[in-house]
Amino acid sequence: MQALYGQLLVGLINGSFYALLSLGLAVIFGMLEIINFAHGALYMMGAFTAYFLLHYFGLNYWWALLFAPLIVGAFGMLLERTLLRGLQGLDPLYGLLLTFGLALVIQGIFQNYFGSSGMPYAMPAELRGAVNLGFMYLPIYRGWVVIVSLVVCLATWFLIERTRLGAYLRAATENPTLVRAFGINVPLMITLTYGLGVGLAALAGVLSAPINQVGPLMGADLIIVVFAVVVIGGMGSIMGSVITGFSLGVIEGLTKYFYPEASNTVVFVLMVLVLLVKPTGLTGRAN
Amino acid sequence: MADEIAGFFVMAVLLAAVPFTGIYPYFVMQALCFSLFACAFNLLIGYSGLLSFGHSMFLGTAGYFTAYSLKSWGVPPVAGVLIGVFAAAVLSVITGAIAIRRQGIYFAMITLALSQLMYFIYLRAPFTGGEDGIQGIPQGMLFGFIDLSNTNTLYYFILSVFLLAFLLIYRIVNSPFGEVLKSIRENEPRAISLGYKVDQYKLMAFILSGTLAGLAGSLKMFVTQNASLTDVHWTMSGEVVLMTLVGGLGTSFGPIVGAFIIVAMQQYLSEFGQWVMVMQGAVFIVCVLTFRRGIVGEIAHYFKRSL
Amino acid sequence: MAEAATAPVLDVKGLQAWYGESHVLHGMDFQVRPGEVVTLLGRNGAGKSTTLKSIMGIIGKRRGSVMFEGKETIHLTSDKIARLGIAFCPEERGIFSSLDVKENLMLPPAIRPGGMPVERIFDLFPNLKERLTSQGTKLSGGEQQMLAIARILRTGARFLMLDEPTEGLAPVIIQQIGRTISRLKAEGFTILLVEQNFRFAADLADRFYVVEHGQVIDTFASGELEANMQKLHQYLGV
Repeated sequence: MQALYGQLLVGLINGSFYALLSLGLAVIFGMLEIINFAHGALYMMGAFTAYFLLHYFGLNYWWALLFAPLIVGAFGMLLERTLLRGLQGLDPLYGLLLTFGLALVIQGIFQNYFGSSGMPYAMPAELRGAVNLGFMYLPIYRGWVVIVSLVVCLATWFLIERTRLGAYLRAATENPTLVRAFGINVPLMITLTYGLGVGLAALAGVLSAPINQVGPLMGADLIIVVFAVVVIGGMGSIMGSVITGFSLGVIEGLTKYFYPEASNTVVFVLMVLVLLVKPTGLTGRAN
Repeated sequence: MADEIAGFFVMAVLLAAVPFTGIYPYFVMQALCFSLFACAFNLLIGYSGLLSFGHSMFLGTAGYFTAYSLKSWGVPPVAGVLIGVFAAAVLSVITGAIAIRRQGIYFAMITLALSQLMYFIYLRAPFTGGEDGIQGIPQGMLFGFIDLSNTNTLYYFILSVFLLAFLLIYRIVNSPFGEVLKSIRENEPRAISLGYKVDQYKLMAFILSGTLAGLAGSLKMFVTQNASLTDVHWTMSGEVVLMTLVGGLGTSFGPIVGAFIIVAMQQYLSEFGQWVMVMQGAVFIVCVLTFRRGIVGEIAHYFKRSL
Repeated sequence: MAEAATAPVLDVKGLQAWYGESHVLHGMDFQVRPGEVVTLLGRNGAGKSTTLKSIMGIIGKRRGSVMFEGKETIHLTSDKIARLGIAFCPEERGIFSSLDVKENLMLPPAIRPGGMPVERIFDLFPNLKERLTSQGTKLSGGEQQMLAIARILRTGARFLMLDEPTEGLAPVIIQQIGRTISRLKAEGFTILLVEQNFRFAADLADRFYVVEHGQVIDTFASGELEANMQKLHQYLGV
């Protein structure tokens, strides 16, 4: 039973990353009409930033949680201003190709300097150990990851759906020309939105660092699963992305317990099933 | 049309002359296999407007099936190729039926995910040899008497198949079927309103593209004598996109030019390790931003011809 | 008619515009003076809406001169133009479906002090008050038009451009909108109006410009209207 709860927990953790990443992808896609293939690489950069902050600046995990998303987010905004701006008006497929190229560049550079294997990142002292919940032992750090992810996802949802800033974002996603004609600096909003999406990915990277190793390849396979998550959940709704992400993580965890050979592929199989039954994805909004 | 026919003959003559020059035939054979792969891919993106990010699944599937049948069943070369191509065809029917349900970006993501699914299946499947792959694939005797282990003989075999496939693709693109595909790419709603069963056309294009990509994969087994997971990895899917983009989407000769360039780049820059990946990424970025027509596309545009 | 000594709020000279390759405005010349309601009349496709969009800077390419309150705006981006004090109400109304009525209303930022306070807006448009939490696009056509006008009143802009405000609306609503525009005029707003509905415009406007093929071909003051009815029928093909 412990093993089952253990796998469920791992599933929830993976689900947290799926949720954070697909949320970032959805936000970016809404505003920029770009599928950010580089999202996995930026997640990896988040983890590496935490590693660098620790090993070169002596800044611990808690600093990394704050600074890594800001640093990588700023890098993302630079990318948007320089490279992604040129995609406006083009077929969205070009955005996918460009960000794919970007992912190759980032991953390639990191692989050159750090090889392909991962490096360990020490778990912060305050979050080590486990708590006895009665029906299972809950490693504190794992619980922490799930809670932080939930809070961040909910906060993002609230920001977008319930605040004035979020209203600007939703309006600019729908009709950027008109929003600009009201006097709002829409290009700046676009840059900031990309930064937000990237920041979410980087945050996931920091959260991931103590659990998984920090390595150049950590984002590559993950991004493809996140694509499948996005196809299943659709990108029309923030809540939809979050719920789908967490759910798929849990399903993946359960599969690992009951039928381990399929655990790598279950998300893809589910994607196939959803496509056969409800092609527009679970949240239903069309392309 | 005339330009393309002239181009074909020039290309055929140049390639036929290769064994007489000092150029390393192995490199050209590899490039020819990838050229075919890229031409097959171009059929889908260049003429139907569908970006498949998972085309490696066809290259690799055909490769594995051909490799296994040649090595473990000892079938003759033609049978080995047919088995591989058939496997790719079946896969393209199944994946096509699934992927066609969405368009544009979603189609690309779905093909990528399906390809990744195949990757994990092949990782575990016993017949593929997993991480080790299948090595030492025999080249065999074509039709029972032509010895394919002779480099020049093998070269002309690969070249012949490539040229025939190129002609086939050209024929498809310039047929009524091809015209409908192009009109779907230009303006899908209009094609639907004209009564075309757009999904069927797209699926057919996908199947043709996947099957021909499979042919490239099968042929490659004779050249490299090695089937591995690299051929089904998403980086391979990315490479064929890059080849076609660099060479020129929607042109006849673009994919070939692109394939030769990228294969050359990998061959001669292999000592730089992962910098090749960085360079390929940079080329993607530059091409998308400033060079969308690709080499052949730019030449064709400049001289106002069709290439 | 005596020439007003005051400088025009909007002075358009030789305005040309392109939609991609298509040359749609071939040199518009007209002025709008403070406190006036000026209407652009013309057939479908004459370039009236395009002119408003060009002034707002949301068209593809423009050339010529558009002076607003003495400042040249031809090279400015639309957000900067808006912040100079021009408010635009587009033909499609542009109510955002992902926002509720209140968010739609509060969206345009204040660009000058003196924007109409929300209570006054509810005076002018009572139906909006009841529908604040409805999704923007769930409103009827008439209510959406009210909302589109209401939200630009909040910004403090004193120069309004209204593109076909009565299009597709029932006569009762059209009257309501007419009354609203009269009230705005009485309060000193300067309004540039594009209207197919000639009768509606005739009651409100001080001056008219007739637009054809992206150029101004004629102009009348409201007093001269009756005398030129024949000409107008010809221009508008009614």
